Amino acid sequence: MDAPAKAAETAPRRLNGAGIIAAIKASGIEYILSVPDIVTSAGLLAPIAHDKDLRLIRVCKEDECIGIAAGLAYCDKRALILIQHTGFLDSINAIRGVAVEYKQPICMMIGLLQHAPDVAPRQSPRYGVRIVEPILDDMGIAHHLVSVDGDVAQIKPAIDKAYAESHPVAFLIGRSPS
Amino acid sequence: MMKRDECFRILARHITDEAVVATYSSAVDWVNVSPRPLNYLSIGAMGLDSSHGLGLALGRPDKRVVVLQGDGSLLMNLGSLVTIAAVAPKNLVHFVAHNETYEANGGHPIPNKKVDFAAMARSAGYAATYDFSDLRMFEQQVAHVLEQDGPVFATLHVEPSKPLTYDYASLYDPKKRKAFKEAWNS
Repeated sequence: MDAPAKAAETAPRRLNGAGIIAAIKASGIEYILSVPDIVTSAGLLAPIAHDKDLRLIRVCKEDECIGIAAGLAYCDKRALILIQHTGFLDSINAIRGVAVEYKQPICMMIGLLQHAPDVAPRQSPRYGVRIVEPILDDMGIAHHLVSVDGDVAQIKPAIDKAYAESHPVAFLIGRSPS
Repeated sequence: MMKRDECFRILARHITDEAVVATYSSAVDWVNVSPRPLNYLSIGAMGLDSSHGLGLALGRPDKRVVVLQGDGSLLMNLGSLVTIAAVAPKNLVHFVAHNETYEANGGHPIPNKKVDFAAMARSAGYAATYDFSDLRMFEQQVAHVLEQDGPVFATLHVEPSKPLTYDYASLYDPKKRKAFKEAWNS
């Protein structure tokens, strides 16, 4: 193993919330639509709630976010949906209709509840976590695992692509951001 | 009890450049009364009408948005009353056609016909709420309902319609979504 590879392997595996928020802002996101998720509660939702550059809309149920984001997209306004994977599962029909069949740029950041960060989601002992990626694949929705700081660079290009090509995208948060 | 299409004919006289969000039976009646590019009909999932309307109202605070939702649809998204009231868009007017049935799904009754949607909207925190069961009263007040600061909510107590023809291919035509976006942002 060469030195850089060894260094990468031994580097602390962490996910910085401020880095994710910076990437969200760099992506032109103005609105965050959210039901609280314990994975992203402290590292993302709490700071976003106090961030003057982002407008947080707290909703009662996750599928509301899909309609709100679509309405905003028709106004050329960008939104990010910040939810837990349980809320994603609860919103499948809305995502099917609005994001997939109507080809709307619905951008979702999904916390994987009770997920062990160093295990691939498909290998999770948690059934609810294990089925998320296969469902996204079956629905043809692009998705990206964000578990360490190095994954954050995927966010802006993926959001830009979603809006440029009018299709949904999902970011799976595999570790609680600090 | 009023007829939904009669209410919509009256409403249409007052609609100019508003986005009108409508689905299922309300969409069929509205499109028959007022076909126009600014009709937003592709909701994608039952119940989301009010949420799409909130997104449009947030994105274009300089324009007004009218939601024509069915009672069964609102029952699937009651939380949206609370969300809308919290966001408090001044440019949103939210009607529910209360015909006490899931009309597009066979005319079966909603779980509780006596549900008071206006009371729910009022307690959720809407700026103003109305309850209409008389067509003449609706005709007298509709202009005020539409022009005041929102979010405004109004229940329209209507009879179930005669069987409607649901041409979903036309209602959800992608060309209509494109036309809406162009008209809305022009």
